[in-house]
Amino acid sequence: MGLLSNKNKAILVDPLSKNNPVIVQMLGVCSALAVTSKLEPSIVMAISVTAVVAFANVIISLLRNTIPNRIRIIVQLVVVAALVTIVSEVLKAFAYDVNKQLSVFVGLIITNCILMGRLEAFALGNGPWESFLDGVGNGLGYGLILIIIGFFRELLGSGTLLGIQVIPQIFYDLGYVNNGLMILPPMALIVVAVIIWVHRSRNKELQED
Amino acid sequence: MNRDSNVYTVVYASVMVLLVAVLLAFTSQSLRSFQKKNEDNDKRQQILRSINVDVKADVAETKYNELIEDAFLVNENGQKVDGDAFAADAAKMFNEKKYPVFIAKVDGQTKYIMALYGAGLWGPLWGYIALNDDKNTVYGADFSHSGETPGLGAEITRTEFSGQFAGKKVFQGNDYKSIAVVKPGKSAIGQDYVDGISGGTITSQGVDLMLFDSLNSYVNFLTAK
Repeated sequence: MGLLSNKNKAILVDPLSKNNPVIVQMLGVCSALAVTSKLEPSIVMAISVTAVVAFANVIISLLRNTIPNRIRIIVQLVVVAALVTIVSEVLKAFAYDVNKQLSVFVGLIITNCILMGRLEAFALGNGPWESFLDGVGNGLGYGLILIIIGFFRELLGSGTLLGIQVIPQIFYDLGYVNNGLMILPPMALIVVAVIIWVHRSRNKELQED
Repeated sequence: MNRDSNVYTVVYASVMVLLVAVLLAFTSQSLRSFQKKNEDNDKRQQILRSINVDVKADVAETKYNELIEDAFLVNENGQKVDGDAFAADAAKMFNEKKYPVFIAKVDGQTKYIMALYGAGLWGPLWGYIALNDDKNTVYGADFSHSGETPGLGAEITRTEFSGQFAGKKVFQGNDYKSIAVVKPGKSAIGQDYVDGISGGTITSQGVDLMLFDSLNSYVNFLTAK
C-alpha cells in the first residue's frame, strides 16, 4: 500500500486515455463544445473542473459513511455547488476576463455529468486518497480533451494561441485565411469526433462491433 | 446510528446547509475587494470603448483618469445634482432619475458620454454612448449585457455592431429622434438607423428602446446651451 501503488496509478492514469470521460464515456461534451473556441478559457475550465471534481470527491468520500442514503444526491449537489461557487468567486477576483468569457459555464460545472458520475460511482465507495486521485485523473482527462480542442480551434480559427499571433503574416499575404467555422460550436463537435476516431483506431479494444 | 431515520436526515441536511452558507459567505466577503476592483476596471473599459479607446484592464484606470475630465449626475431638466457618477449603479440611477454624464477630452475635443440602461431578451442591457461637442453626432458607443444568447443577442458587444453608431445623429433638425436599430436591410423613416443583429431580434429591439428611453432622459441636458 504505497501512496502510488499500481492500483492507485491506474485510478489516476486510466481516465486520461482508456477511460476518458469525454471521448470514451461521452460525459461533459456540452461544456467541451461551448468553452473551447479559445485556448485560455479551455485551460481555465480544465483547471476549474479538475479542482472541483477532486475536492468534491474527497469531501464526499470523507462523508460517505454519514450521508443519509435518501438525500445522498442532494448532499452531493450541495457539495459540488458550494465548490463551484467558490471557484466562480475566485475567478471573478483573479481572472475577471476569463470568467466573463466562460460566463454561465462556470456555474454549469454543477451539472457536468462527470462530477455526479464520479461522486456516485467512485467517491461513495472508496477512501479519500483514492477518490482524490480519481477526481484529479478524471478532471485532467476532461481538461486534456478541452485543451486539445481549444488548441486546434484557436490555431485554425483565429491564427493565435493564448491570444498571441502564431501564424506568420506572410501566410496571410500568400492568401491563407482563418477558418471562421472553427470558432463556431459545430466544429468543436467535429474536432471531438476526430479525436475519438484517432483514439479508437489506436485502441482496438475500445472499438465496438 | 440509524442513517435512514427522518430525524437524522433532517438534522444532517440542516447542519450541512448551515456550514456551506457560512463558508460561502466567508469566501464572498474575503474576495469582495478584489472583485470590486475588477468590476470598476471593467466599467472603465466600457466607458473608454465608447470613445473608441480599447485598453487592457490593467491600464484602464490610468487611461480613464487621463481621458475623462469630469463625471457628474444630471436630472431630467439637465441640471447637475449631487452624487458620484462613476460609482452609481445604472439601474438605480435611472430609477432615481439621476443620469450619469462623463466628459472626455479626445485630441482636444470634448466628448459627452452618457449611460444607457434597458432590457434585452434575458436580462438587462446597458452601455455608453459618446457624442461630439455638437451634442448630436455620435462619436462612439459600447454595449454590454448580462445574459443574452451567445452568438445571437450577445453580438451587440462586438464592435461590428457598436461601430455602426459613429456619425449617426440623435436629433433631426431640432427634434429628438434617437437612433433606430432595424432589421438588416430595412430602414427607418425620419431618423438615423443602424442594422440590428440577425437572429437577435428581441435584443436588437431592446437596444433600440434602450437608446430611445435613455437618451430621452438626457434631452434637456443635450439641448441646454
